[in-house]
Amino acid sequence: MWQYILSRLMWIPFLLISVAFITFILGRFGPGDPIEIMMGTKYDPIVAERVRSEMGLDRPIISQFGSYLKNASQGDFGESLRYRGRSVSGLIGPKLIVSAKLSFVSLLISILIGLPLGFLIAHKQGTWIDPFIVTISVTFMSIPIMITIPALLWIGCLKTDLVPCSGWGGLFDRRIIIPALTMGIPGIAFMIRIMRASTLDVLGEDYIRTAKAKGLNFFTISNRHVLRNSMIPIVTILSFSLAGILGGAFITETILGIPGVGRFSVESIFNRDYPVIMAITLIGAVAFILANLVADISYSIIDPRIRYR
Amino acid sequence: MNNPNGHFKTALNRLIRKKIAVICIIVLIVIYISGLFASVISPYEYTAQDYTNIKKPPSIDHIMGTDRAGRDVFTRVLWGVQNTIIITFVALITGGIIIGVGLGLLAGYKGGKTDSIIMRIGEISSSFPDILLVIILAATLRPRVLDFVRFLEDSYNISGLVKSGIADYLVVSLALVSFGWIGTARLMRAQVLSIKENQYIESAKSIGASTNRILFVHLLPNAISPLVVSITMGMGALIGTEIILSWLGLGIQPPRPSLGRMLLDGGSISIIRNEPWLLIGPGIVVFLMVLCWNLLGDALNDVLNPKTR
Repeated sequence: MWQYILSRLMWIPFLLISVAFITFILGRFGPGDPIEIMMGTKYDPIVAERVRSEMGLDRPIISQFGSYLKNASQGDFGESLRYRGRSVSGLIGPKLIVSAKLSFVSLLISILIGLPLGFLIAHKQGTWIDPFIVTISVTFMSIPIMITIPALLWIGCLKTDLVPCSGWGGLFDRRIIIPALTMGIPGIAFMIRIMRASTLDVLGEDYIRTAKAKGLNFFTISNRHVLRNSMIPIVTILSFSLAGILGGAFITETILGIPGVGRFSVESIFNRDYPVIMAITLIGAVAFILANLVADISYSIIDPRIRYR
Repeated sequence: MNNPNGHFKTALNRLIRKKIAVICIIVLIVIYISGLFASVISPYEYTAQDYTNIKKPPSIDHIMGTDRAGRDVFTRVLWGVQNTIIITFVALITGGIIIGVGLGLLAGYKGGKTDSIIMRIGEISSSFPDILLVIILAATLRPRVLDFVRFLEDSYNISGLVKSGIADYLVVSLALVSFGWIGTARLMRAQVLSIKENQYIESAKSIGASTNRILFVHLLPNAISPLVVSITMGMGALIGTEIILSWLGLGIQPPRPSLGRMLLDGGSISIIRNEPWLLIGPGIVVFLMVLCWNLLGDALNDVLNPKTR
């Protein structure tokens, strides 16, 4: 077990370096010269040459990458090309918090509605309720976000004036409702499906029949025998959703004008602000890789039958 | 014991009995045929502007209305569908089927070093958070691909290659391939790992069958049903990603119509308030495409993998 965790942990730096390298190369060979972007209309070839050597952009690419990695490992992602004089970490920090708040609320919505519904309809297999809810949830999963948002805006902002049409005011502001619902609706559908499938698996087990035969009531069976086992796959999903909290939501944040990481990364891609893009990619990759590891480890804690070599 | 033809025949029979699946197949066929034959079906040119009919709601002449430049929305939706079909199809064939299935077969069958190299590469490209890799690739590849197409045009004297927009198709397909292959490869690998323990593989080896023969005659056909299911289920997501790319302005460039671009133009508050048909027309088509692929995937999963729930 410990050996397994250790070997996984040792693999992480390599993964991160590869991710960083791919982004770095794409950034260097992508369109647009960073110096041109920085100087904008005041471009002057002589000054540009000096800035280039000051920033080390004339050195071989491997040595540039090396020094980038060294700084990045200490939390220094360099300076933004677009916002002169601002450090990338300083720019991203507050945006990460905004995105995390938004994702947290939408995750809460999808868990609170999705899990109980999925658990209940698993008990209704064979009746019309089960396929009905499953089809409805596929339908909701299939609505593209670019359509969900205008539809919600039409209901909540144009027709009823419940919420302002865009903007951001933090966790306890009405303006969080539309983005949280937009991201929560596919989440609900997803949770329903996963929870239903895993509950059905558990319900088919022999020990459930035994528990029923002993005359235990529905509540005890559900609580002690079914839920505990059907939650195992959910743990994986949850840890990935937690990783997603950092990623933000490109489209939702862009349409609704929410100052989060998603919107910022889209902006930075169009501004060719490569230091920012690289930092966001790396932070996201770290979160994702760790989530993967946590999911695997928590598996074996919840279900002692799962052992890793 | 397990006749593959019989297996598919019973599966097909069971599929036909599912009403939702049949409806979805019909809807998809209608959408795909009208998209592919857009040049025949569409009543107008997609760039044709009618200044007497600007921002007109749906009527007999323009069944989805006209946009702010007086262009027929229905025509543009048809051409947008065609672009989406071409791109997703190319990405599916190259990324999903050729690269994904090929590498998955190879990794599962060869094992050892080949296996770990392929799977490690997959792990690296899936460490990129969300669809950020696709977005970065689409943003940085475009000028390179455009240069390449120009070079082709000059050196082989093919005129109109750049104008035909082939570079756009290439960029988007390449970007989609980057994440499309991993899922298929993992699935194929898992399948092969379990199938290759069967006795018929051993007997094929013992009579001296070549590796290619074992891979494509013995392993692939036996692993095909989960593959069909995962491809069908993945189509919705693939279409969704293509639409996100063109929504971000990284897909097919105007004046050629793309569904993502139309959703972007139709999604603003003033449009929802005054000209909602600009969103409703393309929105319904996108929704139906994604929904039907997802529902069909679900139905196929029930039919082909009866053990999973």
